[in-house]
Amino acid sequence: MADPMRIRAQAAGDKTTVRVLMAHEMEGGQRKDAAGKIVPAWYIQEVTATHNGKTVLTAEWGPAVSKNPFLQFVVKGAKAGDKIGVNWKDNRGDTRSDEATVS
Amino acid sequence: MQSRRQALKKTAVVAGLLATTGLFPQFAFAAFNKDAFEAKSVADALKALGAGAPTESKDISITAPDIAENGSVVPVAVATTLTGVKSMLIMVEKNPATLTAMFHMTDSVDAAFSARVKMGQSSDVYAVAVMNDGKVLFAKKEVKVTLGGCGG
Repeated sequence: MADPMRIRAQAAGDKTTVRVLMAHEMEGGQRKDAAGKIVPAWYIQEVTATHNGKTVLTAEWGPAVSKNPFLQFVVKGAKAGDKIGVNWKDNRGDTRSDEATVS
Repeated sequence: MQSRRQALKKTAVVAGLLATTGLFPQFAFAAFNKDAFEAKSVADALKALGAGAPTESKDISITAPDIAENGSVVPVAVATTLTGVKSMLIMVEKNPATLTAMFHMTDSVDAAFSARVKMGQSSDVYAVAVMNDGKVLFAKKEVKVTLGGCGG
């Protein structure tokens, strides 16, 4: 299981800015190792964000998203105390979900 | 007084209800669009998504550095003030695969996303908005890369 994500959700008015830092190798499948073999691609393919359990955002990523990906988005209508959940799935089928409270 | 048989029946019904309401957690992901993510050009990627030809628009904004020293971490922000956006895309034209990230909108999020992407070489970076009415709008910005971030 991968390391936890760091999620920060800050409300300003009726909008909440969510910043997510995921821990993932995001291997692009272009690099070669010392033996000259291509390192197989290993990256997050699908990201879903929820607000109090309701899906507000889904994203599909390719291997060209940076290592330890950062994502920022704005949720409308979320207020302090609400739960923002983020989960991802990579191309090996690993998943991780984490949750943060809006402050 | 409730017989044991009735009680068992009720348990089964409750379990069934839980299953249908989705209380047994099961993450429903959209199917990963492999063709689009393997496309080699902006036009091919949009075609794989079933989107039409893009037109440049002032209503789409893209924020990225003019010069990126390290191509493996290039911060890119895409945004639009338009309503009726279906999805927002980040594309790097000269990467081995053009389409980098695709965000599917709902009514509860703003059409503004930031992420960090890898760039193999200096290239135009596209912010593309696919609208609900089928229009495809884009803005682009050239980013010069000092050190590529794709090869080894």
